Amino acid sequence: MAYNKKAAEDYAAKNNIPAFKGVFANSPQLEDITTKQKRKLKPSLEDVIKSSGLKNGGTISFHHAFREGDKVVLQVVKKLAEMGFKDLTIAPSSLLNCHDGLLEFIKSGVIAKIFTSGLRGELGEAISKGIMNTPVQIHSHGGRVHLIQTGEISIDVAFLGVASSDEFGNANGSHGELSCGSLGYAKVDAAYARYVAVLTQDIVEFPNYPASLSQDQVDAVVQVDEVGDPSLISVGAARLTKNPRDLLLARIAASVIENSGYFKAGFSLQTGSGGAATATTIFLGEKMIEKNIKASFALGGVTGSIVDLLKKGMIEAIADVQSFDVDAAQSLRDNPAHTEISANEYANPSSKGAYVDRIDTVLLSALEVDTDFNVNVLTGSDGVLRGASGGHCDVAAAANLTVIVTPLLRARMPCIVDCVNTVVTPGKTVDVVVTDHGIAVNPNNVDLKKRLVDARLPVTTIEELQKKAILLAGKPDPIQYTDKVVAVVRYRDGSVMDIVRQVAS
Amino acid sequence: MRLRRSMMFIPGANAGMLSNSYIYKPDSVMFDLEDSVSLTEKDSARFLVFNTLKENLYGDIETVVRINGVETPFWEDDLDMAVRAGVQIVRLPKTETVEEVKELEQRIAKIEKDCGRTIGDTKIMAAIESACGVVNSVAIAKSTPRMVAIALAGFDYLVDMQTSRSSGSEPELFYARAAVLHAARAAKIDAFDVAYGNVNDEEGFLREVEIAKNLGYNGKSLIHPRQIELLHKAYAPAQKDVDHARKVVAAAEDAEKKGLGVISLDGKMIDPPVVHEAQRVLLLAEHS
Repeated sequence: MAYNKKAAEDYAAKNNIPAFKGVFANSPQLEDITTKQKRKLKPSLEDVIKSSGLKNGGTISFHHAFREGDKVVLQVVKKLAEMGFKDLTIAPSSLLNCHDGLLEFIKSGVIAKIFTSGLRGELGEAISKGIMNTPVQIHSHGGRVHLIQTGEISIDVAFLGVASSDEFGNANGSHGELSCGSLGYAKVDAAYARYVAVLTQDIVEFPNYPASLSQDQVDAVVQVDEVGDPSLISVGAARLTKNPRDLLLARIAASVIENSGYFKAGFSLQTGSGGAATATTIFLGEKMIEKNIKASFALGGVTGSIVDLLKKGMIEAIADVQSFDVDAAQSLRDNPAHTEISANEYANPSSKGAYVDRIDTVLLSALEVDTDFNVNVLTGSDGVLRGASGGHCDVAAAANLTVIVTPLLRARMPCIVDCVNTVVTPGKTVDVVVTDHGIAVNPNNVDLKKRLVDARLPVTTIEELQKKAILLAGKPDPIQYTDKVVAVVRYRDGSVMDIVRQVAS
Repeated sequence: MRLRRSMMFIPGANAGMLSNSYIYKPDSVMFDLEDSVSLTEKDSARFLVFNTLKENLYGDIETVVRINGVETPFWEDDLDMAVRAGVQIVRLPKTETVEEVKELEQRIAKIEKDCGRTIGDTKIMAAIESACGVVNSVAIAKSTPRMVAIALAGFDYLVDMQTSRSSGSEPELFYARAAVLHAARAAKIDAFDVAYGNVNDEEGFLREVEIAKNLGYNGKSLIHPRQIELLHKAYAPAQKDVDHARKVVAAAEDAEKKGLGVISLDGKMIDPPVVHEAQRVLLLAEHS
């Protein structure tokens, strides 16, 4: 058949379709073998920023898989400041104490707006004192994906630190010296950002598998001196805490789960990090082994204590959005039953299928719980931002059994109160509160209360716990606030759950 | 019958621990006004312990106050506070002679009378902390009906004996442990073994618990809440012993119901002490 070149051009013109202009007309990078294969590799962070097309007022994003060891956020913001950027919105998946250095860039106008799951340290304190003109938007891990999908968070450039990447952008958090495990949060940024830059200390041979972030999502790769400090990634370990109060809370919490009605073959669980959570996992594991009850899967926020149960065959699979310690990161790398999932798969309420929807029992912590079972995990007893929404409200909303574990008092501050400072997780989604002074079951859950009473667990009421806290510690003076709103708590569906006011100085 | 496996020390000047330690559910709690309280805090500790006792936070947990020794200027105020606040047991440290116990007893009786408590309501526990105390322990244990337990305290005793703690079988405590326990049993009262100071050494603690338990001690003095559960687990009876004890108690109840003077199980006669021991095993099982 003849090549109808003219006819084809005429057809294209007539139908407003581009005519063929040569094989490399729209992919000039393929003309040269160097540009073809190494075109994404940038010599410096500054080159990445220049090629990203970022403008003043744009939105940049980060993930927090390196936790307190993160070296990416400050490195990038400092460079942006040097290059003269102003009025940026930053949208990290969360901020930790290691990000206190952002304060100077808020003061100098480089950063104008923040979306984050958490705020702590000096940064949280300064924002609580009203340093920003625009309130910080606090979202949950699932809620962040929802805000990205609805366009409220519109990421121009995602700067994603990884443990290893090849020159084409196939990257992961589990292979390489700087292993952080799952890149569950970064996967969302890679999928939705207009421009995706991968930062790594370790550029490896192509192809780098597994590709948590895939080459078809990544625009630029740059080697930097530091992405993170691995010694600061871990937030817990598989060993049992020696804190007697945490051990006591854990024993009660494990007994609550055991007697809840959900502790049966094929159940699913999420237990989180921290001394009491790890201890609960260990005690629950002992009960699972004793009664030969295997879990179908564990979700999270994964720690070594969950990994231990996978190794012992008591959990069939782990779905991991974030690896909390070295054991979890190594397991993700080595054990095929341990799978990396994105934050969209983890907890987004508008996802087509979130893992939290399949969870039977979840164990969560709290800064405060009130007599309506509302939970605050964000603001301290002084009203200052010093916590994170995390996946708290996501998994509480979806799980069949939500167990909140908290001491009755921290130092001399009651943790069971009339009314929490800030509502992050609504009481309707909380089933039971475990304290070192007794258990309170949400009155909505009559069957659960009966089961726990029948098991001779120390069941009381939330009102009694609140009274006990006041008896022991006295009634604290109310926190003094101004009218200025410093942060907005967004529920997982994007709606406004609560606001945080400026603390009066 | 009351279990006295665990007696947890709580420094009297530590408000946080006083207001919270009942959550760990020891059998007995000892609010200390003596060695753990500095000279400048004796008054405030007394005040804090008084309020702790008056709030009745400890519920079913047996309350003990360790007063300062009778050679100090503090003991009378300590005693006055403790008895008036309703403490169940006063622990006398460094007890060496019957005379010290008699002096304490008279003083307690006077305070009980003054504040309207039933005379004899306040019990006494003597702490044996010296060679002299060990030698006199039988007389001390039998010195008053108020005496419900004696406790061996190892630190001062070993200083007095010019030796120190070893690991393993602890020969340096062997005589004192045996002597104090015999004194307690001869007086039909309870006995507490020494506290184990290294709270991070669970293995060493459990080794010592095993020695005390096998000798026949009711329990131990404890200095950290974490030791409570370890101790209670170590004292938990084996299932076969619990099963047997149930049968013994059932046989005793059956005999009583039928008005029989002799209890028999599987064709064998059972003496009353065996029934008593079976009841103790069931109590231990219930609280393990």
